[in-house]
Amino acid sequence: MTTSSERIGARAAKPGTPRGRVRRTPATWVKRGGLANLIFLLPLLLIFGMFSWWPIIDSFVISLQHTNFVVTTWADPFWSNFTFVLNDPTFWIAVRNTGYFALLALIFGYPLPIVLAVLMSEVKRAKAVFSVLAYLPVVIPPVVAVLLWKTAFYDAGRTGVFNTILGWFHIPPQPWIQDTVTAMPSLVLEATWAAAGGTIIIYLAALTNVAPELYDAAEVDGAGIWKKIWHVTLPQLRGILLITFILQIIGTAQVFNEPYLFTKGGPVQSTTTILLLIYQYAFQSSDGGSNLGAATALSLMLAAFLAILSALYFRATKGWSQN
Amino acid sequence: MKSRRKAAWLAVAGVAAASVALSGCSGSSGGKDANGKVEIVVASLQPGASAEALAAFQKQVKTFEKKNPDIDVKGEEYNWTGTTFAAELAGGTLPDEFGVPFTDSQTLAKNGQLADLTKYINKLPYAKKFNPNVISVAKDDKGHIYGIPFTPYAMAISYNRADFTKAGLDPNKPPTTWDEVETDAKAISKALPGVAGYMQMTSGNTGGWELTSATYSRGGRMESTASNGKVTVNTDNDQTKAALAYLHTLRWDDNAAGSNFLLDWDGINQAFGSGKVAMYMSGSDVITALVQNDKVDPKNYGVTVIPVDSTNSEAGVLSGGTVAVVNVKDTPEQQAAAVKWIDFYYGQPQVEQAPAVTQAKALQANNQIVGAPTLPIFDKATYDEQQSWIKPYATPGLLDNVAPFTSQILNENIVPEPNKHTQDLYGALDSVVQAVLTQKNPDVDALLKAVDVKIQALIDADPDQAAIK
Repeated sequence: MTTSSERIGARAAKPGTPRGRVRRTPATWVKRGGLANLIFLLPLLLIFGMFSWWPIIDSFVISLQHTNFVVTTWADPFWSNFTFVLNDPTFWIAVRNTGYFALLALIFGYPLPIVLAVLMSEVKRAKAVFSVLAYLPVVIPPVVAVLLWKTAFYDAGRTGVFNTILGWFHIPPQPWIQDTVTAMPSLVLEATWAAAGGTIIIYLAALTNVAPELYDAAEVDGAGIWKKIWHVTLPQLRGILLITFILQIIGTAQVFNEPYLFTKGGPVQSTTTILLLIYQYAFQSSDGGSNLGAATALSLMLAAFLAILSALYFRATKGWSQN
Repeated sequence: MKSRRKAAWLAVAGVAAASVALSGCSGSSGGKDANGKVEIVVASLQPGASAEALAAFQKQVKTFEKKNPDIDVKGEEYNWTGTTFAAELAGGTLPDEFGVPFTDSQTLAKNGQLADLTKYINKLPYAKKFNPNVISVAKDDKGHIYGIPFTPYAMAISYNRADFTKAGLDPNKPPTTWDEVETDAKAISKALPGVAGYMQMTSGNTGGWELTSATYSRGGRMESTASNGKVTVNTDNDQTKAALAYLHTLRWDDNAAGSNFLLDWDGINQAFGSGKVAMYMSGSDVITALVQNDKVDPKNYGVTVIPVDSTNSEAGVLSGGTVAVVNVKDTPEQQAAAVKWIDFYYGQPQVEQAPAVTQAKALQANNQIVGAPTLPIFDKATYDEQQSWIKPYATPGLLDNVAPFTSQILNENIVPEPNKHTQDLYGALDSVVQAVLTQKNPDVDALLKAVDVKIQALIDADPDQAAIK
């Protein structure tokens, strides 16, 4: 029987010693297949490094410079790109608009997939048909979907698709994206239609994990359908709801497709979001087309904000998820 | 374990071999291809051009290559946009020869993003003949030349002749004052529900561009330069406010502006081509693009001068155009070859009969527009002479349809676009134009003052402006 000190001594034994742990050297690392591991990892490291990590580092650098990719100078003072953004009135408009989009999407777009998933899970037959129908909008390419809505559905004349339907109910034609008040809600409507399907599928899968005994117990206690949803379904889905909540916040904070394709930020900047402003800084200013320093500065500010928000969110909800 | 390691080493060897092979494919060889010919990539047409337009272009490429056997020309569909230019230049994917708008050529030259072509252009026979106002956009303040301007245009009103007839108006007598435009627009909107009688562009910086044009036509200016060179932005002038009030009335009182108020250059061309807009403010030569991209029938197309306030001596017509420039990263051989192409494709057809006729024949054979109205690059005599050479090949009916423009334009005061932070200015004005079209009671004064403050700050921050005391 070896004592602990003997075992410790065994750790310092020379390489190749059959008993105890061997000393780790580069040679032993290669022999154990470390090189093969590295080679298999290399493509991942190269691709992520080139296309993800290096651009992030480069963004930090560019946010401290004035550049148009031909002539580059360091910003003086080095924070001047950040103060440029903070002093730009359009920045505050973009923040307000992005917050408005996120809020509308949360109020109307967040509960909708839950409700639909619960309804669909109650359907006895043809559940697959409903799943396919729900997912179809997700499958349509985003640009195609937006152009479809923009030219056909949201046509603000009397003959636009939605306006014709409203006309059957004697509701006057709506301006949809042509009016500063209705433009953002119109964008939220299309965005919800396009994205709800994916979340419905996730919720449907999560609902299968809810134990039916809980529903039986609730029934015994005299709960109706809404009480069952509130007291059984939602608490059981809590973990996944918390995740989709923060994912939605992060996603809607970065909305670009809808503002760019529908209205290019109009009318009168009512749909200019932070991502669209970054795009405009990067590609639509007069200095040969680019104010990349401001664009990367704003990108970094958004990333920092979302990172801090996520950290606080996970800290606050640590005790809330599954038990 | 051993076989896995073997597999790994084989994979490494494979990847290494592949990357060596691939690296042989890419990379520039100094612009020379396998036969030692100088290879240049030139901007051919707007993306989305029809097959016939491309065929016409290819014909001209062949003619050039026959004349210059040591140059190999490849055409590439290209459209200069501020969004893609800087990235394409840095990434090396720009064509060797391409066009940039008049508003941006001087900024790009100052930024070192265009090749200095002074010594090549000065060798051209017509180098001294350029209209000084036109060539100035291609020069920097030291007098170096960075390109050749072509297709200078003036702002105009394009209109749908069939819509005029259906509304009981005479398509050969288009409106000549802004009041007449309003009357005709009302008549068309009443006769053809769902059609906008008159509309202007409103987004993608084109809203500010056309508002500036409307201001010029009433005698106002957006930017003024003092004698010491200090530039002041003054968008809240009476003429701009009048132009905005005009649009507001057209939209809310006359109901003659249709129902789509978010239109950029492509959008309004498409709307015109599909019959949703009957009259709109456009460049005078837009018919070329309308035929290439939007299936417009030249027989149904009319264009007239933008109404100018004859009581105001400052009133004039905004003009612009494109400068043919060369990629600053090209070798000297490529630059020389590119200038030869620019001379062949843009220069010679303006001053010599044979090239003008050859080009017109190629366009005509492929149903492309010959005779789109432009402004003289050199002088009126040269312009008239060139027009007489291509007249036999002009698109049938087009010369009559554009007569309301061509007969009047040279009597007008031609005014160049503002040249400080032009795109920023236009972009900021987009919102103001959209405001009067989408809000019943916008505070136009406040909106214009905000634009002044914003653009003035940008201008004042420029080193050359900051240096002026």
